[in-house]
Formats: sequence, structure tokens, C-alpha cells
Amino acid sequence: MSAGAASAASPARSAPLLTVEGLQMRFGGLLAVDGIGFEVGRGEIFAIIGPNGAGKTTVFNCVSGFYRPSGGSIRLDGSEIAGRPGHRIARAGVVRTFQNIRLFRKMTAVENLLVAQHNQLDTSWLSGLLALPRFRRAEREGLARAAFWLEQVGLRAHANFEAGNLSYGQQRRLEIARCMITRPRLLLLDEPAAGLNPQETRELDQLIRRLRDEHEVSVLLIEHDMSLVMEISDRILVMEYGRPIGAGTPAEVRANPRVIKAYLGEE
Amino acid sequence: MNEFLPNFLPQLTQQLINGLSLGSIYALIAIGYTMVYGIIGMINFAHGEIYMIGAYVGVVTLTALGAASGTLPLTLVLAGALVAAIVVTAAYGWTVERVAYRPLRGGPRLVPLISAIGMSIFLQNYVQLGQGARDVSVPPLLPGNLFSVEIGGFPVSLSVTRALIIGVTVVLMIALTLYIGRSRMGRACRACSEDMGMARLLGIDTDRVISFTFVLGAALAAVGGVLIGLSIGKINPFIGFVVGVKAFTAAVLGGIGSIPGAMLGGVLLGLTETFASAFLPTEYKDVVAFSLLVLVLLFRPTGLLGKPDIEKV
Repeated sequence: MSAGAASAASPARSAPLLTVEGLQMRFGGLLAVDGIGFEVGRGEIFAIIGPNGAGKTTVFNCVSGFYRPSGGSIRLDGSEIAGRPGHRIARAGVVRTFQNIRLFRKMTAVENLLVAQHNQLDTSWLSGLLALPRFRRAEREGLARAAFWLEQVGLRAHANFEAGNLSYGQQRRLEIARCMITRPRLLLLDEPAAGLNPQETRELDQLIRRLRDEHEVSVLLIEHDMSLVMEISDRILVMEYGRPIGAGTPAEVRANPRVIKAYLGEE
Repeated sequence: MNEFLPNFLPQLTQQLINGLSLGSIYALIAIGYTMVYGIIGMINFAHGEIYMIGAYVGVVTLTALGAASGTLPLTLVLAGALVAAIVVTAAYGWTVERVAYRPLRGGPRLVPLISAIGMSIFLQNYVQLGQGARDVSVPPLLPGNLFSVEIGGFPVSLSVTRALIIGVTVVLMIALTLYIGRSRMGRACRACSEDMGMARLLGIDTDRVISFTFVLGAALAAVGGVLIGLSIGKINPFIGFVVGVKAFTAAVLGGIGSIPGAMLGGVLLGLTETFASAFLPTEYKDVVAFSLLVLVLLFRPTGLLGKPDIEKV
């Protein structure tokens, strides 16, 4: 994973992390997503934008295993994940946040981060009951990681607050921390800037970049907030009525007449 | 009751002791109801029978070990009975979930309810076949009082059995609270009870958490069964029903899904029942107990410590 590996012409390095091809999702007679394809490279921040009802969240739900796609393929690092159950996909390194935040509201911020490490803290119940040194060490490491991520998202001082009592922006950041603590390869962010004020959006912008730069994670995000998307995305896919209408760098997308039409309407 | 006034203080103290010990048993069993409900949102209708099995395992072990009690110290006999009851009954609790709940998960909610009632009928008859339908008496292992004092000329006593019931319950409640609050499995339980789908997404083996709640609930009910056997002195295959309903009432009273609620509800119900049978004709004790439930449900439908669940549909 070091920078030196890039100089050696390893195919794994240049191959995209996530490849989606011909994705199709049908709900009864409604074709919610049709013919969507894109690639997310390693260390890339990739955004999907589009008007309401364009099918962005449906794409997300297919990638994260909430829906079993009706057609097409989704490959993570070359292996097919389409239709696999969500927890298996999560274990393969694809984790997501939700439009409506899904934290454990009655648990504290630090407990939310400890629960997310459930499998990393894999110690038997017996060693827990007897408080064996191995168990205590695992717990201590888990706590240290939780503290690290609370620091990263600026919630150190709120470690023992119940998640439900945090502000909206804090809950968003805690949800991202909960994803990151599982050491994902691909982070899916579903409208992370929704409901945030401009100041909080700027902080989020910096946080997402820092995650990519310092923690080797690729980011796939859905967003309405154009300022955030144009600012941080390497590439963008634009959807309308379940179909792709444009793709490219932020500059290319901004200049694309079909995208302008979809967003601003026609004369 | 004709000497009501001079008798009042000792009477009150004595009934407080009796009520606490009865309430402890209810609390131990109520936790099984409330934990299962908290995780899967369903009532385990076989839980009363699980308690009854715990009592039987306790009696069988006590009798077996008691035969050798000349050589074995009493504490060892008791500990052996408790451990045997916990282990065997926990296995039954695990099986109930495997047989009556897991295959039906995802179906309509009424279906596992009916299969659990079936399980309860099965277990009752199964014990009847194996052990007979008649009362089985429990060897009196703990005679006498821990202390006995006179208040205003009337005796107030704490029997060794009651002291044991209250003591064991208090220790178990503290241990449970610590375990749920601090351990990795306890965290997983709380996470599952809030959002099972999210917990699964984070890699928690939710099937194991569900099994764990059935096993833990059964283990606590088993302790309750052994203790009640010691205290009442006889058991039969039908004791699970009434006590099960009472413990369920206690869980609802305290707020179903809440562990401290089950503890509080159990103690409250035990006290109410004991005081009712002390100061009213004994037949009225159940009337008073269930009237309390009706009142709580009328004025505070989520129970004493339950919080209204706004998010869940």
C-alpha cells in the first residue's frame, strides 16, 4: 500500500477498486436504474449527482447489498459482489452512511465506535468474563482506536455523550468515524452534507479529503450540494431518470449541455 | 388482623422481607422476558416453562447431592444445584429459540408466538411424563432463621432461604448490569435492540446475540426456579404458568425491553402481592397484582421505566 508499490507496474494498483457495469434495478414495472456503469479508482473521490428521483440512492443500495440488482455486475477488486448480503459486502470493505443517520442513539459516541469493532475485538466471552489480560488488551486497543477516530472527526470531547444528543453535524461525523474504524477500502457517503450549514460543509469537505489522503480509502458519494461535489470530486457521474447522462471531471460535467439542461431546465 | 394497630410495624417489616424475596424471583424471570422482547420484539411464551425446568433440575440435583450431604458441605450442594440448573436450563432456552423462533423468523409475528405457546405445552407435558404430575418435595436444606428480632413484642424474622434469595438476586442483578453495560457482548445486545439491521451491517453475528439473550434469560430463570423450590418446598410441572404470567406482568410493569425496568417491576409486584395477601383476604392477592398492571398500562402504557419508542414503526 506504500507509495513505492506504485512504481512497480502492478496491475492491482492500476485496476479500479470498484467496477459497475450495466447495472439495472427494476421495482415491478418501474426501471429505477438502467444501464449505469462507472469505475472508482483507488484513492479516488467519485460522486454521483442528479435530480431527485434519479436513482442515485438505488445505485448505492445495490453496491452496499441492500438490494439485489436485477441485472449488471458490481465488482470489488475484481470479485463479483452484486447480490451478496450486506454484512458480507461490509466485511469485504465497503461501508456506508445513511441519508437519515443510523447511529445507535441510546449508546454513547465511544460505544458506537466500539460496537463497530465487534469483530476486530474478537475475544471469547469466557476471557471477557474472567477479564483475562488478552481481553483487557483487546479492549484497550479498541478504546484507543475509538479515541483516535473521535479525535479525527473532532468529537473527542463528546466521547461520553449519547449519540442521540449530538448535533446533526456531529452525528454525521460520528457516522463517518464509525465507518472508518472498520478500515474500509471503499466509503459510501449518502448525501453527507444534507442539513449541514456552510461552515459544517467546509469541515466535512476537509474531513473527506483527509480520509482519502491519510487513510487510503476510496470514496463514492451522492450529493445535492454542488459546491461540495465540485470542490472535492475527482470524477462525477450524472444521472437522470435512472440513466447516465454525463460523466467526467467537475469541469467537464459543468460544461456538459445535457447536465446543464437537467439541472437548470430548457429555454 | 384484629390486633392490627400494635401489630402494624412488625407486620410491615415482615411483609417487606417476604415481598422482597418474592419480588426477587419475579425479577429474575422478568429479565428473560424483557431481554428477548428488547432484541426480537416478541414475547417468549415458553419462558415460564423454562423456569419450571430450572426448578426441576435444581430439585433433582439437590436430592442427589443431598443424599450425600453427610459428606458434602451444604454450600457445595447448593452451588452444585445452581450450576446444574443454570447449565441444563440454558440449553433448553437455546433449544427453544432454535426450534420455535429461528425457523420462523421473517414470518408474520403471530406465527412464532403460536409456536412458542406450543413449545410451552410440550415442555409442560414432557416434564409431566418424565417426573410425574404430582408435587415433588424439595429437601429442606436451609432451615432456621438468619436472624429473628422482636419489635413491640412481635417477632420479625429473616429466614436463611429468604436471605439467600435476596442475596443471590442482588448479586446477579449487579453482575448483569455490569455485563450489559461494559462487555463486548452487552454492547452488541444493546446495539441489536436499537437497530438490528445496522448491527448486522457492522459485522455483529445477530443470530448469536439472539441465542445469547435466550440462554441468559433461561439461566436467570433457572436460578429463580431453584430458589423458589428451596423456599416453597415443593414443585410440580404446572408452576411455570402462573409465575410466568406474573413475571411477564412485572416486565410490562417496569417497561418491557428495559432491564432495570424488569428488576423494578419484579420487586414492585412481589411487594404488592405480599402486602395484599397480608392485609386483605389471601385470594385477592392476584386481583391486586393485576389491577396494578391495569393501572400502569392505563396511565403509563410504556411501563414505569420504558421510554416511548418514536422511531420504530
